[in-house]
Amino acid sequence: MSAAPDHTPTMARMSFGERLAPHAPVLLVVGLMLLGFIAIPATSSWLTLTVSGLAMGMMIFIMASGLTLVFGLMDVINFGHGAFVSVGAFVGVSFLLMLEHMTGASSLMLNLTALMVAIIGAMAATGLMGWAFEKVIVKPVYGHHLKQILVTMGGLIVVEQLIIVLWGPEEIYITRPEALKGAITFAGAALEKYRLVAVAVGIVVFAGMRFVLRRTKIGLIVRAGVENGEMVEALGYRLRLVFVGVFIAGSALAGLGGVLWGLYQEVITAHMGNQTMILVFIVVIIGGLGSVEGCFIGALLVGLMQNYVAFLEPKVALISNIGLMVAILMWRPMGMIPVVKAK
Amino acid sequence: MLTKLLSGDMPRSKVLAVVLIGILFCLAFAPFLFPGVRSVDTAARICVFIVLVASYDLLLGFGGIVSFAHTMFFGLGAYGVALASTHMGRGFDALIVGALAGAGLAALLALAIGLFSLRVRAIFFAMITLAVASAVAVLVSQLSGLTGGEDGLSFKIPRALGPAFKFADGEILGVKANGKLLKYYLVFGSCLVLFLLMLRIVHSPFGRVLLAIRENDFRAEAIGYRVVHYRVAATCLSAAIAALAGALYAIWLRYVGPDTTLSMEIMIDILLMVVIGGMGTMYGAVIGATLFVLAQNYLQGLMDVAGGAVSALPILPELLNADRWLLWLGVLFILSVYFFPTGIVGRLRQTKST
Repeated sequence: MSAAPDHTPTMARMSFGERLAPHAPVLLVVGLMLLGFIAIPATSSWLTLTVSGLAMGMMIFIMASGLTLVFGLMDVINFGHGAFVSVGAFVGVSFLLMLEHMTGASSLMLNLTALMVAIIGAMAATGLMGWAFEKVIVKPVYGHHLKQILVTMGGLIVVEQLIIVLWGPEEIYITRPEALKGAITFAGAALEKYRLVAVAVGIVVFAGMRFVLRRTKIGLIVRAGVENGEMVEALGYRLRLVFVGVFIAGSALAGLGGVLWGLYQEVITAHMGNQTMILVFIVVIIGGLGSVEGCFIGALLVGLMQNYVAFLEPKVALISNIGLMVAILMWRPMGMIPVVKAK
Repeated sequence: MLTKLLSGDMPRSKVLAVVLIGILFCLAFAPFLFPGVRSVDTAARICVFIVLVASYDLLLGFGGIVSFAHTMFFGLGAYGVALASTHMGRGFDALIVGALAGAGLAALLALAIGLFSLRVRAIFFAMITLAVASAVAVLVSQLSGLTGGEDGLSFKIPRALGPAFKFADGEILGVKANGKLLKYYLVFGSCLVLFLLMLRIVHSPFGRVLLAIRENDFRAEAIGYRVVHYRVAATCLSAAIAALAGALYAIWLRYVGPDTTLSMEIMIDILLMVVIGGMGTMYGAVIGATLFVLAQNYLQGLMDVAGGAVSALPILPELLNADRWLLWLGVLFILSVYFFPTGIVGRLRQTKST
């Protein structure tokens, strides 16, 4: 009778690297900030750049989040997403121009109310447009990527041209509300007030989105739908309705992003949506198509990278984001936080 | 002979055959049929765009890959010729070196982008090409020392292709026998050769595999074809041919600039031409490009007339403004993707078979 084999369970601790891996994307943001801190000589300019990078990242996140969710849920890639950004900006700015007596006043309350009105108007308009867009343009081409890209691109062209028909071909200049002009000084660094507002709005949107996705039933259905749509439908949920809802919400968020972006640039054109889409696509790809968290982190990375590099070496700024994308795709080909599909 | 030249792809529809022969005839004798600077210019533009759109069709219609960087490759060829002619002095050697360098660089860049994005998902390719192409467009307008920035570059082409050069005395059929005529036939001949070459490619075994991948990539992989390799190869080929088309366009215009070669508008034009002409047919490129360029040059005047006719009504004149013609093309584009995914050519062939 032979002795039972020795069982010496080894309680191997997970190596430091292994424990770090799940948090790598977040650490990347911190790392980039540190790198910027080392590379940029003056602390005050580093702080200014970091805040503007974060603000830019937040705005890109707001625009990109709808796109990534729509893709995750229904495998629909919407190249016309930029159209919502443009429409949102134009509607929002029209409201702001109408409420000039409120934005011109120096009271913060009045300014914020006007801004809220503009944002709500823009979100309602783009939400409605999203609903129509989904019905007319996207619905007939489900499950057909090639046609989706072509058709949504066509939709983008049509919407851009309609904007020109309605608002005229000239770019519209817009000044920020009175109380959001200028900057505050903090630790020797000038921080533009508007950028701080953008960061705050971005954090609120991200927190709200996370709350809805993690803590509510509708969020549960959405997350389950991303992972395995057929199963969710088999359980009796009408995923199509959920999807339309997500599409509308995503479009409305793009409209919000458009208003914020328009006020950030202080000029809006019909093509602004398509121009921002370039950054949005980079963000969505490096974050992992379908992942909201990945999209958030990716947006911050892109925003910070753009601002740091633009300060250090202006000509390389646009290329730097392409470089970032290449590097991240080499590291994780499906994006930083890949969405696992149960199929 | 004809079958061999067309690689066995006959038009398969009487109307289509007549239209194609008509286009070929008009382009082949354009300087004699339509004398005048503007119409010959239009003819040369049609020639170049036929090749450009056909090379895009190779990618989209046969490979099933959407790229937004096609104008970037087009621009690489154009800038290649322009830079070579500027730095090497005027001469045919500069043109050849520039065109080949542009094509080579385009193929290399396509290889890099393709290997990066196509190995994961074909859908990444569309987004990444969009990002890369716009970055390159910005880069070109910023590096004004090398590329002339927004103003672009004007350069000299060999004397033999200029209007001052006379290769025969007097006139041929009422057209001055000068270098400009030679230049037109250089563009026309090169485009014809490139187009026939592409027809050959799509009807080769390689083209068949591409079709199989477009229809069902999973199955193609299962049969034993490396899908990624084929897709990347198609990308490189189409990029190189687009660059050659760009080189021809630069030679014709004696100028390159971001607006004529790199802009997003041209990319959208190409998309419209492919889809309206007919994806995956090659002949669609001929019809799409011809129709579109003609419309671009002559339809806008017509829209002005229509806009004038309804000027009393509220929003209609705005909609019919000649600058808004892209709006109607966009609508046409969406409708044709839904209802005629094979475009005009597919439609013509279908009516014949039923």
